[in-house]
Amino acid sequence: MAIGVKVMKRPEREVSYVRATLKGMALTFRHMFRTRVTMEYPEEKSTRDDRGAWAISPRWRGTHRMLTDEQGRSKCVACGLCPQVCPANCIKLVPGEDEQGNRYPLIYEIDEFRCVFCGYCQEVCPEEAIHVGVHYENAEYGRDRFVYDLERLSSQTHPVSTLWDPTDPKGE
Amino acid sequence: MNPELKGFILLSVLKMLFVFTVIMVGVALLTLMERKVSAWMQNRMGPNRVGPGGLLQPAADGLKNILKEETYPALANRTLFLLAPALSFIPALLLSAVIPFAAPLPLDFDVGVGPLGRFAYHGRMPMVVADLPIGFLFVLAISSMGVYGIALAGWSSNSKYALLGGLRACAQMISYEVAMGLSLIPVLLLSGDVSLGAIIANQQAGLWYVAPLFFSFFVFLISGFAETNRLPFDLPEAESELIAGYHTEYSAMKFSFFFIAEYANVVTVCAMVTTLFFGGWDIPFTHWDERGGLLQTLLTAGFFVVKLMFWIFFVMWIRWTLPRFRYDQLMALGWKVLMPLALAYIMVICVSMYVVEHPLGVASPVLRSLALAAVNLVGIVLVFGFIDRGALLSGSGRRRSAAPRLRRAA
Repeated sequence: MAIGVKVMKRPEREVSYVRATLKGMALTFRHMFRTRVTMEYPEEKSTRDDRGAWAISPRWRGTHRMLTDEQGRSKCVACGLCPQVCPANCIKLVPGEDEQGNRYPLIYEIDEFRCVFCGYCQEVCPEEAIHVGVHYENAEYGRDRFVYDLERLSSQTHPVSTLWDPTDPKGE
Repeated sequence: MNPELKGFILLSVLKMLFVFTVIMVGVALLTLMERKVSAWMQNRMGPNRVGPGGLLQPAADGLKNILKEETYPALANRTLFLLAPALSFIPALLLSAVIPFAAPLPLDFDVGVGPLGRFAYHGRMPMVVADLPIGFLFVLAISSMGVYGIALAGWSSNSKYALLGGLRACAQMISYEVAMGLSLIPVLLLSGDVSLGAIIANQQAGLWYVAPLFFSFFVFLISGFAETNRLPFDLPEAESELIAGYHTEYSAMKFSFFFIAEYANVVTVCAMVTTLFFGGWDIPFTHWDERGGLLQTLLTAGFFVVKLMFWIFFVMWIRWTLPRFRYDQLMALGWKVLMPLALAYIMVICVSMYVVEHPLGVASPVLRSLALAAVNLVGIVLVFGFIDRGALLSGSGRRRSAAPRLRRAA
């Protein structure tokens, strides 16, 4: 060959052109009648309870959720561990204290744009207050809507992540 | 102006409008079909968001392309850059003028239309925009014009990828035009006429030409793929090597025009395959369709569309089955396989036609076609046996003896 192409030595059967083409065409034709693998997103969604192919992992780490106690107050005691551990430095916490000496957060804001969703905040929280959520639909109309304040974090209802369980490393 | 001429002009304009509309709408829908077929072959759904089942997707695409910004490369040759999409688009559309899409319609009218005077038409109106006596010669001439658009697009863009794409398009067109032209000579020999109407009539009398002229069909089909720059021969726009080839620098509607031209070319090549080798609008195993009448015209048009759609589907099927050829393989296939094959086939057909007609004295077109079909059957076994040995494209017999005889691993 003029431009010095290396010709692979293959068994004769495999360099058959017509037969190979027909075989390929039969394959593609068969595929036309297979079941479709597409998940049609807005109609079908991955959920945590989903047992099918589109199940979303319970260890998924999405946007945060602050849990509340029975009186509707946030469980956070403003210990300051989560802003300390946060590698992205996205948690803003200003602690306050009430008459009984209970600490509570005056300001608790998470900048979801800066967050890297490592889940350390959930892991470090002694009160099981802040959690990363099993949730992925985060679209907003403006950038400022992505700084979640305490009220917003508390009002989220999506399931929270189980994170990685060392006793069950494969999630079985 | 006499009423007959006016009637002829009126009918021609109507046919033009009809064919133009059908081609443009058809091309739009073909873009959707291509995406759907590709999706199905890959176990996907394909576009299904716009309109019922995605039917309005082409409209959305068109709207988007019209509203998009047109960009011009700073150093492009403006005139040619603007001209190129039109140059590839127009020949593609021109070709649709000579394809007969239904049985001739007997018409007999003589009506006065107010100040315009009388319109008259008597006789069988051929259902083709221009019933050219030069038939497929026109198709061969015009189809190779399309490459000017591509080559000029590549050159005027002043971009290396576009230039390489245009260059490849030219080389490819030259290589395959020869094989294509040669593959049509047996058709000419058998029908004795280049007019497409006569070729269809000939096939109705005998067999569809795919049987007596199988190799012509084979070579024509492959060259057709190359002429329309479809995979596996889409080297002018090979994404993996040339970004987008000749239309790298084009945006918005000008890019769309190349797209429309490509699909219009696909339609034309498929229509040519149908007309030359699959009886055009002929309904097989009956002569009822040749008698003429409105019902016959409509039904034959339907049959033509069915055959056409099969070949268009076939083109897409091949596209999503085969990978792209390497450039030297493409040239080797054109010059070393298809051209000698077409040339040898002309000789075979000449000899067998002479033998069938003179020493054997077979006069019936059906028997003659059957005799040629038998010759073809032998040829199919020989040629595909030979190609299947893998000896042709590798270009040397050396490898055959050197190749280890491997057992296929089950």
